[in-house]
Amino acid sequence: MAETIHITINGIPVEVKENTVILDAAKKVNVVIPTLCYHQDICVAGNCRVCMVEIAGQKRLAAACATPCEEGMDILTNSLKVRNCRKHIIELLLSEHNADCTKCYKNGKCELQFLASEYKIMTQDFIELNKGNTRTIDNISPSIVKDDSKCIRCQRCVRTCEELQGVNALAVAYKGHEMKISTFYEKSMNDVVCTNCGQCVNRCPTGALVEKNYIEEVWEAISDPGLHVVVQTAPAVRVGLGEELGYAAGNRVTGKMVAALKRLGFDAVLDTDFTADLTIIEEGTELLGRLKKALVDKADVALPMATSCSPGWIKYIEHMYPEYLPNLSTCKSPQQMFGALLKTYYAKARNIDPTKIVSVSVMPCTAKKFEAARAEMHDSGYRDVDFVLTTRELAIMIKQAGIDFVQLEDMEFDRLMGESTGAAVIFGATGGVMEAALRTVYEIVTGREIPFKNLAVLPIRGMEGVKMCTVKIESPLEEWKFLEGVELQCAVAHGLTNAKKAMDSVKDGTASFHFLEVMACPGGCLGGGGQPIPTNAEIRKKRAAAIYAEDMGKPIRKSHENPEVIKIYNDFLGKPLGELSHKLLHTSYQIRERT
Amino acid sequence: MSEQHLLLKRVDFIFVHDDDWEKILQKTIHRPKQELINELISSELKGRGGAGFPTGLKWKLTSEAQGSEKYVICNADEGEPGTFKDREILTRVPYKVLTAMAVCGFIVGAKSGIIYLRGEYKFLEQPLKEAINEFSYYCNKINLDFTIRIFMGSGAYICGEETALFESLEGKRGEPRNKPPYPSVSGFRNRPTVINNVETLAHTYTIFKYGAKKFYDLGVQYSRGSKLFSVSGDTPKPGIYELELGMSLEDFVDEFGDGDTKAVQVGGASGFLVPRKKFSETAIGYQGKLIGISLPTGGSMMLFNSARSMYNLLDNYLEFFREESCGQCTPCRIGCQQLLAGIKAVKKGERPAPYLDKLLKLSETMQFTAKCGLGQSVANSFASIVENFREEMIY
Repeated sequence: MAETIHITINGIPVEVKENTVILDAAKKVNVVIPTLCYHQDICVAGNCRVCMVEIAGQKRLAAACATPCEEGMDILTNSLKVRNCRKHIIELLLSEHNADCTKCYKNGKCELQFLASEYKIMTQDFIELNKGNTRTIDNISPSIVKDDSKCIRCQRCVRTCEELQGVNALAVAYKGHEMKISTFYEKSMNDVVCTNCGQCVNRCPTGALVEKNYIEEVWEAISDPGLHVVVQTAPAVRVGLGEELGYAAGNRVTGKMVAALKRLGFDAVLDTDFTADLTIIEEGTELLGRLKKALVDKADVALPMATSCSPGWIKYIEHMYPEYLPNLSTCKSPQQMFGALLKTYYAKARNIDPTKIVSVSVMPCTAKKFEAARAEMHDSGYRDVDFVLTTRELAIMIKQAGIDFVQLEDMEFDRLMGESTGAAVIFGATGGVMEAALRTVYEIVTGREIPFKNLAVLPIRGMEGVKMCTVKIESPLEEWKFLEGVELQCAVAHGLTNAKKAMDSVKDGTASFHFLEVMACPGGCLGGGGQPIPTNAEIRKKRAAAIYAEDMGKPIRKSHENPEVIKIYNDFLGKPLGELSHKLLHTSYQIRERT
Repeated sequence: MSEQHLLLKRVDFIFVHDDDWEKILQKTIHRPKQELINELISSELKGRGGAGFPTGLKWKLTSEAQGSEKYVICNADEGEPGTFKDREILTRVPYKVLTAMAVCGFIVGAKSGIIYLRGEYKFLEQPLKEAINEFSYYCNKINLDFTIRIFMGSGAYICGEETALFESLEGKRGEPRNKPPYPSVSGFRNRPTVINNVETLAHTYTIFKYGAKKFYDLGVQYSRGSKLFSVSGDTPKPGIYELELGMSLEDFVDEFGDGDTKAVQVGGASGFLVPRKKFSETAIGYQGKLIGISLPTGGSMMLFNSARSMYNLLDNYLEFFREESCGQCTPCRIGCQQLLAGIKAVKKGERPAPYLDKLLKLSETMQFTAKCGLGQSVANSFASIVENFREEMIY
């Protein structure tokens, strides 16, 4: 039973439950206390000391994020003592920080810069501690750039990597003035067990961890009249992009995004959702094939089959569970299917020389940059995806181009690889790939729609870490009679800490799934490392609601009914898992070391 | 012990070797727990590591805390510059500490004790292990379910801070935790934990052996009992002395000084530097309402004569803190660097003398905002040196 505690904050009485910290109590009465090391997604560290407040009768200040309210506390958040100390803390951080703000990628987006501005730190009295330190940048990874000179040691990235992802690529090294955030043996991020998920990037308050950006490369391509520059956009981008451009979280901006991309000068604006639908056909067929082998041929086949859309998850399993690589679906991710088809199917149909095509994707993801650079991803005969931009980078380009985003008229995706269904849209949310697959697989097998109201497979929606559902196959079509009465066991995990839980239960035999969906990021792609900052539980929920609304609004909501998908099999691919599919749409994986 | 001209009364409790620990242990664990706690509370023993938390209250709180699993930890990470008494206790009378840990375990309901031994005291590990073996043998014999093990520290000063010590014990990086929760509720492995300095535990042995009164009768109000002092620096007789608390620093210097004592650092690098002119008004003990300036110490007493530069002293301390801060919190990690760089800049004339005032303000901010005792106490030596020897900082 939680007791009620009575306190005052700046003289305003507040009632809170026992164990409420001062920071949360202050929010109740609309008092904002500045923070840096605090983030809703991760545990409280209490190390930046920006949120210090005064408790009457106590000489020392208290960290609002870490101090629970006690009966009768009289708290001041803006006393002279608090202000002076807070200013000191900000000045100290600036003295250690490479404060060359105008040359920083996070200029205008930096939480330290905001604080410096809010407290009007106009002079630097303290001695600059970072002078002459040039060997601070690690930019070898295709996804992430780490610059220690901009690090304020808040350890948000460390806690994120440990708690949300269980990867521990980043850790604290050394002590005292030499304390820093580092990697195993201080190797490059590119050479350690890092999944490139970018959750650290999403939580870094400064410019110490940022995505490697390809903005200039894309501008150059667009400006070259001899090149045909095509852009594809992932499902989660359309529910996040608005946050960077003046909308509140949870707004869908699909039509405006398409319009903006056209104004940027892309020659064709296409949709990754198209290949998401295609993924469902290929992956669904693959699953049924594995089930047939297991149930009819009694062959030794790797089950559960795991989804392969999330490149962070792929690299994670390659490092951590290499013995389970046969369990991964061989399907490429929608991005890479798109890339391979763009320089073959699309090039042929539009009669364009594939060497003149530049393939750009906009993703909610930093790991996609790594994925596009994988050696396996050249099946079109060229690099399938040339440049990957995050949602944030796209927003930067839109601003650079002087586009008044909010005023744009909605536009439609171009055709040939621009048509998609509601099933593809939900790829952007955790559980979405599974749900889309079930909509199609169930119907292929039984000839009937999946028995959930409005096709919404509710048990695998929502933010529970590992979700499960069982779908019983009854009265299947003749061809699938062997599935009669089979209970298809499905599991969905998001965030690699949860992926580990799921994989460990597979490993120790306590779980018996047939099909496992894993997304590396919490919430799935909508919470991806390339999405707008901030991303937190509340925002993820809003983006998810927007995704499911987008699904409901689509005239077609099942992948196998996408007319362009039907067309590509008729005109080009032949059949699912056919020879051409195998060449262009499927891939292989590699065992990676753990050191 | 028949030295002449003794100004300060020697006490001889800690190192007196009666070899009666088996009897004391046997006798004590057959007394009611509440009675033992009351005895300890009435002795007014306070933590001898320097922070001075009432020991009886600490044990009481832990005994009342919910939890089937509790721990007793002996903090032997003796790292404060100028302190060297705990290693002597563990060398000469380890059984007193072991007995005290077992009694504490009996009172609070803990079955496991750990000695966190300073990394540099590796040489103590083997003899201490042997003492533990013999002690365990006896515990078995009298059916006392209490085991003690040693955990070797790795040489970080910060791990003497109790919550950083827990982190280190748990195999993590030694970084202090947020408080509350306090160790009595959530300590090692987030279980209720008593953590005491080596000397504190040794004093409880005295109290359980002779009764609280004998201890309480020593010292002065708020600062009862005796205390071990590690005397070093410019003194003709460096060493470890057990003295009554509450003495004036003047008497101390009269006895231990070399006739030219310029200042005394009370409480190590994290303590205060007292200049000659304040010797007479300064007492050694815990701060109380009725007395004037009273300075606590974990035992470190460093004397400096007029040949010593107070600038060099401060430079040395700050170098130490800059190195030994865990680095997690802003005021301590960067504050220590700024204080050091700042006094160097003033000394070289790169910053004007009034910059010292800005640094004093900064040290005050560190005291108000640092996460743990390390960062909070840097201001002690900084302010006491800069304020009392300002001209030495500049010229």
